[in-house]
Amino acid sequence: MKKRLLALLLIGILVFTVVGCSKSETPADTDEPTEVDDSGEAEDTPAEEPLKIAMVTDEGGVHDQSFNQSAWEGLQQAEEDLGVKVDYVESQQDADFAPNFETLLDAGNDLIWGIGFKLSDAVRDAAEANPDQKYAIIDFSYGDETPDNVVGVVFKAEQPSFLVGYIAGKMTETNTIGFIGGIAGDVIWGFDYGFQAGVQYAAKELGKEIKVLNQYAESFSDVAKGKAIATQMYQQGADIVFHAAGDVGTGVIEAAKEQDKWAIGVDRDQNYLAPDNVLTSAMKRVDVGIYNIVKDLTEGKFPGGETIVYGLADGGAVDIAPTSDKHVPKEILDEVEELKQMIIDGEIDVPFNEETYIEYIKALE
Amino acid sequence: MKQNRFVITVISIILGLIVGAIVLSIAGYNPRVAYGVMLRGVFSNPKYISWTIIRSTPLILTGISVAFAFKTGLFNIGAEGQFIIGSLVATLVGYFFHLPPIIHPIVAILAGCFAGAIWGGIAGLLKSKFGINEVITTIMLNWTALYFSNFVVFWEPFKRLNRDASERILDTASIQILGQWKTSEAGKAFLKSNSFLRDLLNPPVNFGFIIAILVAILIWHILKNTTLGYQLRAVGYNRDAAEYGGININRNIILSMAIAGAISGLAGATQVLGVSKETAILATMEGYGFDGIAVSLIAASNPLGCIPAALLFGGLKYGGSKLQPTIGAPIEVINITIGVIILFVAMPKLIELIISMKGRKRGVKIEDSK
Repeated sequence: MKKRLLALLLIGILVFTVVGCSKSETPADTDEPTEVDDSGEAEDTPAEEPLKIAMVTDEGGVHDQSFNQSAWEGLQQAEEDLGVKVDYVESQQDADFAPNFETLLDAGNDLIWGIGFKLSDAVRDAAEANPDQKYAIIDFSYGDETPDNVVGVVFKAEQPSFLVGYIAGKMTETNTIGFIGGIAGDVIWGFDYGFQAGVQYAAKELGKEIKVLNQYAESFSDVAKGKAIATQMYQQGADIVFHAAGDVGTGVIEAAKEQDKWAIGVDRDQNYLAPDNVLTSAMKRVDVGIYNIVKDLTEGKFPGGETIVYGLADGGAVDIAPTSDKHVPKEILDEVEELKQMIIDGEIDVPFNEETYIEYIKALE
Repeated sequence: MKQNRFVITVISIILGLIVGAIVLSIAGYNPRVAYGVMLRGVFSNPKYISWTIIRSTPLILTGISVAFAFKTGLFNIGAEGQFIIGSLVATLVGYFFHLPPIIHPIVAILAGCFAGAIWGGIAGLLKSKFGINEVITTIMLNWTALYFSNFVVFWEPFKRLNRDASERILDTASIQILGQWKTSEAGKAFLKSNSFLRDLLNPPVNFGFIIAILVAILIWHILKNTTLGYQLRAVGYNRDAAEYGGININRNIILSMAIAGAISGLAGATQVLGVSKETAILATMEGYGFDGIAVSLIAASNPLGCIPAALLFGGLKYGGSKLQPTIGAPIEVINITIGVIILFVAMPKLIELIISMKGRKRGVKIEDSK
């Protein structure tokens, strides 16, 4: 037994000596300044050093075909256009969020992004602990409690959802339409109620009744569940299903392909996933939102302490997909353009939660 | 033999690092710079060391859990599920119970252990009563645990709005070291003047690491010096001989899985009470249990060996996460390195396993021919 203990001790010692040796070698080999020096330089000479901007993803990683990827594309675009230096860290577990923010802080970044409302607690904690560091978060608003060094970026997802809802209402032949949400909450409710409002707007115009089937997958990742729910909705007579559920939507679009029905994509132009079955997409351009904030930062106008809200009026951050003209008749698209203008002008107040939706329906009648 | 195994482990680690270096070179990164970044990322600041320990703590415990079951001849693939159940129950107790500090975390930890013990015990029961292989049941129980946890988190009074996670545990249930003092005015003022302590305490340092070390010693002691440990090991070495010697095998199988489950449940509880403070809706398994299997392998199923093995594992993972933001090398390189280390550690074990299987078969044959 003693031998065993000794062996263990030796493992410990060896691991640490191996570590110790190579540690003393490496700094001499590398000409690069250490991380700490980097940050010091960046602060001292902001004009000469390119700004460093980085983001922390959730478990999806930067190649998730969705939210994180879109964010990373926005940063890469900024790197190309604005001459900033960009980077990312992927989280493998929820417990990684906080250390990842710290890693990026120590790497001397000028602005650190948290991608998605999942990271909202980690961003707030990091921002409060490091009041001199700039942070930003996508899809979350701290409201009046936004720290001065944080910017929240949110999207009026209800507006493009309204437009695709209108298209769906105009194009349905069975007068039944489906909506599949991810996990219930402010973000997805925006899609949900905006969409329903659009459908009912079209129904009123056409003078008929359209039923909206509504279900939440309670997941943003369960592809099989998305497929099952969508298949069920198509069997209940829906001919168009809109999803706002991240990767769950991959299953929804698959189901549409199999049943040869329509699906409506979300976040990105998802027509490429099933060119003959994706009618249109409600785009929420995370990349545009990120790009704009980075641009503000390079111009020295970082809107700290604020929440930036992107709607239809704000330069293409939310919109319907450009490929919509493949399947949607031109006259409907023209009407959509009119509606868009009405929303921008404030003539239509698109509802974004249950309360505003009830008001909206009352006003509509 | 013992030294032999130790040498094998060290050589495996070195070989793993070498293969990792080759992969890095092929991918176009200077391995010396990369390893330098990792080492500095783990050791150059007290807070990095804190993070490494925090990261390693659950792995020590899940490693012990797997190692303990293995000593009884059982493969506890279900550490992941027991971890999930342990963290879920600890969160429930941490949020819904209103108890004074000190008592609250103890109750929450015991509840988490108990839940993990039941979860592991189910697999033990199925094995002893119906002969169902524990590998199959524990894998299935992992998924059951995952979906059960998600189901409970979606329960209205428990789910936090606009967040795909549960409510956070109450402050009284926290096991963070000086957690409240750190954010109080007096604490902030004190830490401002003491940068070493400030850095060290900046991450959510908690009592989990101390608990893990105590558990490692306790389990080592149980296995080594108690009747129970002797019986469990006897069952692991040779079931038939143990039965012949008057040891109740069924009881020991259930007990072994229940204890293994309790340790994994404890890992989940300390993670919740010390670090995450909540149970998130899980899309996939987070891997604490599976990493525990790897830790246990590296440690050659020695409970005390799980401590350095988990620290190595946690250090590689945490240090590896610094590669992307500094030199742009993906974290996958580190996963390859870890994989290779385990592969090399496992290969002599594989040979041992074949030898021991042969031995077992022979034993069966003798019995059959009677």
